Amino acid sequence: MSNFFTASVLVSTVASGIVLATPFLLASLGETMGQRSGVLNLGVEGIMLLGAFGAYYTALHTHNLWLAMVVGTLVGAVLGLVTAVVSVTLKAEQGISGIGVYLFGLGMSDLLFQKLVGTPTPVATLPPVKIPLLASIPAVGKMFFQANLMVYLAFILVPVLAFVLNRTTYGTNIRAVGENPAAADSLGVSVERVRYSTVILGSALAGLAGAALAGELGIFQSNLTQGEGFIAVALVYFGAWRPLGVMAGSLLYGMVAAIVLTWKTLGIIPPGASDLAAMAPAVLTVIALVVVARRFRQPSALAKPFVREA
Amino acid sequence: MERASNRRWRDLLFSWFALPLAALAALLIGAAMLAALGANPATAYRALLQGAFGSADGLIQTTIKAVPILLVGVGICIAFRANVLNIGGEGQIVMGGLAGTAVALALPGLPGPVLIPLVLLAGIAGGAAWGAIAGALKAYYNVNEILSTIMLNIVAVQIMNYLLSGPLVDRSFSGFSLIPQTRRLAVQADLPVLVHGTQLHSGALFAVLAAVAAYVLLWKTGLGFRLRAVGLSREASSYAGMPVKRTIVLALTLSGAMAGLAGAILVFGSASHRMVTDGTATGFTGSAGFNGIVAALFGGLNPLWTIVSSFVFGGLLVGGNFMQIAVQVPTALIVALDGLLVVFVVAIEYPRQRARRRLRAAAEPAHAGAEAARAAPEPARARSEQVPT
Amino acid sequence: MRRNLLRGASVAIVALALPFIAAACGGNTGASSGGTNAGGGPTGPSSAAPAVFKVAVVAPSAVNDLAFTQSMVDALNSLKVSEHLQISISDNKFVVDDAANALRTYASQGYNLVIAHGSQFGGTVQQLAPQYPNVSFAWGTAGDTFGLPNVYAYQAASDQGGYVQGVVAAGLTKSKVIGVVGPIEVGDAKLYVDGFKAGVKATNPAVNVKVTYTGSFSDVGLASTTAKSFVAEKADVMTGSAQMVVGAVGICKTNNVAWFGTQANQTSLAPSVVVSSQVYHWEVALKPMIEAIKGGKLGGTTYTIDLANGGEVVEYNSAYSLPASVKAAGDTATQGIKDGSVTTGVTG
Repeated sequence: MSNFFTASVLVSTVASGIVLATPFLLASLGETMGQRSGVLNLGVEGIMLLGAFGAYYTALHTHNLWLAMVVGTLVGAVLGLVTAVVSVTLKAEQGISGIGVYLFGLGMSDLLFQKLVGTPTPVATLPPVKIPLLASIPAVGKMFFQANLMVYLAFILVPVLAFVLNRTTYGTNIRAVGENPAAADSLGVSVERVRYSTVILGSALAGLAGAALAGELGIFQSNLTQGEGFIAVALVYFGAWRPLGVMAGSLLYGMVAAIVLTWKTLGIIPPGASDLAAMAPAVLTVIALVVVARRFRQPSALAKPFVREA
Repeated sequence: MERASNRRWRDLLFSWFALPLAALAALLIGAAMLAALGANPATAYRALLQGAFGSADGLIQTTIKAVPILLVGVGICIAFRANVLNIGGEGQIVMGGLAGTAVALALPGLPGPVLIPLVLLAGIAGGAAWGAIAGALKAYYNVNEILSTIMLNIVAVQIMNYLLSGPLVDRSFSGFSLIPQTRRLAVQADLPVLVHGTQLHSGALFAVLAAVAAYVLLWKTGLGFRLRAVGLSREASSYAGMPVKRTIVLALTLSGAMAGLAGAILVFGSASHRMVTDGTATGFTGSAGFNGIVAALFGGLNPLWTIVSSFVFGGLLVGGNFMQIAVQVPTALIVALDGLLVVFVVAIEYPRQRARRRLRAAAEPAHAGAEAARAAPEPARARSEQVPT
Repeated sequence: MRRNLLRGASVAIVALALPFIAAACGGNTGASSGGTNAGGGPTGPSSAAPAVFKVAVVAPSAVNDLAFTQSMVDALNSLKVSEHLQISISDNKFVVDDAANALRTYASQGYNLVIAHGSQFGGTVQQLAPQYPNVSFAWGTAGDTFGLPNVYAYQAASDQGGYVQGVVAAGLTKSKVIGVVGPIEVGDAKLYVDGFKAGVKATNPAVNVKVTYTGSFSDVGLASTTAKSFVAEKADVMTGSAQMVVGAVGICKTNNVAWFGTQANQTSLAPSVVVSSQVYHWEVALKPMIEAIKGGKLGGTTYTIDLANGGEVVEYNSAYSLPASVKAAGDTATQGIKDGSVTTGVTG
């Protein structure tokens, strides 16, 4: 245990926790936008998988990681358009259509991978970008300012999206549509248009989350995300539909996972107990929520399609 | 008048053919995929149908595959009616399987007629406990069930991996090393076979009985009325003096119990009569925890219709394996096709219901004007309230 | 409204169709790299040709996983011509009951040999084999034929190749820290890892071998993150087992950490860092098995591949500049294990 509390180990654990938190954060920020406007998107996992494959395939053939991130985002946006058509225009049950998108993404990404790639070939991983001056601060620099661009992007998005939601007309419309679509509609806000925009934005972020994961790992494989998309949806509830809360949840999950991994490598957790230790992030997320016991209400119109009354 | 009758015909055709057409559209895309992979779509689909429904053995495999999907689906019907979204089926199946397995390992000497009910009850208890945790967290700590059930799935898998590679592992194998599985469970705990010489075990019977019981529970008992009332409006039920919190816990407990029974049946009706892990939940459940949700919603949240929908789903999965063998395409295609089918069918459901409502309104002009029916706020609202919040 | 609905539906269809168009366009590029159609079979019976021997494989992961499943597929393909094999493969059957169905289907379709390639399928084989007494079953990796006359078992003494690679790894490491990424602490993977550890310790007891079992055979993300934490711990040599190690190999490539592979030749994953791979040549077990079946003996034997019988080969990556003295130590260990003068000291 004592060798855990050395500076270098602690620093690298925090750094890897932040990296682990990034895909969760990107995806759950996107899901937050959709849910605030009243749309539950359970297909995040499938969108992440296809985004990850799109990015991986692009990186494999162009060796351009930035193009890969763009492709992953676009794949997400296209699936977001489908999700929006199905759940906003066609007013489908959102719980079930999301599971459909999940299954589609799970099968399709695997199929495309097997047919277009076959043998899992590593690609370059996202390079760390040192932020001038800040990166040279002892310990802190290595923890926070030597990550890759996706990590910075995800954390910059937190205040940006909080601002958009709380301080802009667009944000007001999103919240109105999520709380009382009929009232918003009567005030001339297009419920459909707002929900389309949030669902497409959210899915694009889910695609980017998948791309970031693939770029982080430098590989794709069948079911690469292993349930991370579902965890991202869960973290939206943890964060009570607020970008800052979602960030707290993502960091908690990522940090606990990183600590468990470090303890495993240091031998603090014996191999026989490694399975039990692996459940720690999930357990602690639930416990944290129970202890904090916040009573935030979810958007009233969540998962309810809007039908204009005559 | 001419226009009105045109529209009537259109609505009529639409309400009849929308679902088959949506399924057809998904299958056509699937055919395009098969063609792109260099397989003959006709051969592939024939293999799928024949494999799933074309022989006695195929029908039996389909039935066996449908059992866990049906049980999870029945649980989902109960939970959804109470307005609770249980996506913890995977974890509840695993815990049910583990509980049943543990009992069979602990009491290998009991005679079959005692041991079989005991292991099934243990499975029910294991799944129920796992569902009850999520229910209690929701009712008393305001933890959303989507979050808790997703997290509990992860916990259940790790418990399974720990138990099956440690405390419950089979140490009797000769050879170099251990395999993450239990030893063969007591022979008298094997689920009795319904038709001699086949694999059709009594789990199928239990699943159908569970579906009937759930139907009776939901629509013929006071408890069922309470579950549905809480599902329609928590505020109103609370105002009417119903114990809302306890009802929510009960809904998730019952839902988990069904999944847990599925887990026990998966173990004691399996070909190997052991519990085995490959490190994932899917390796044990075959994703029944998710497919059950889809089956329940296709079955209109009615346990009896869920019997039909889960049978069809089982057929798709079983047929997919035959398709893989016949034309050598990856089964990933079946998973993608499964997803497409769900998306298409669910997407067409609202327009179809609307057409049906218009037809009904036209048939009973005395009750409601066609215009009012077109807007149809009431059914639409009732329907969206089925979706858990 | 109705127009909206129709327009929406058509947008959805077009958008969903996009990936298939991509698949159709790119289909040719991937065809050569594998796919499930590894078998096929003879195009038509010719009068002189000897009888076709039908083999089916049910495997938990993908045929091109560069690990466990691929090792079996490669072995069958190498025997395809000489043994007149017709091969059918059901891969990605990680759901045990789906695998059971596939096994039963093959058995009922008159295959001569049905291979259950995954130790988790053993229980199924044990139940199934008595129902199809004329079909020969093989399962592995395992050493137990259940006393059934139509079941073969096959296993790999993976601790042997692990030991050799451990000897080489110990000679290669400068930081004296070696990371091992394992899946679940049982089976073939544990055997390999234990052999590797023994090889390192026998060569240089001062080297610190850190072993982490991720708890999954398939989670590349976990494998990759584990490898990263080894990098942070100054490991300059790594190894690992199961199909998820591709995630770890990528990290090794980026950080220039030497990698030792097992099960299949993993050099192609990262030619710059892969030192060697312990490759399973299951044909060494399959050939006598198929010959025996042709001769009427349907089971009852366990075949073990090891260094001595050529079923396990440590294949070095010629592109990796391994110091001659280190390679010599590896060769000495190989020789010693072959002639019995060196034992790995590993027991199940």
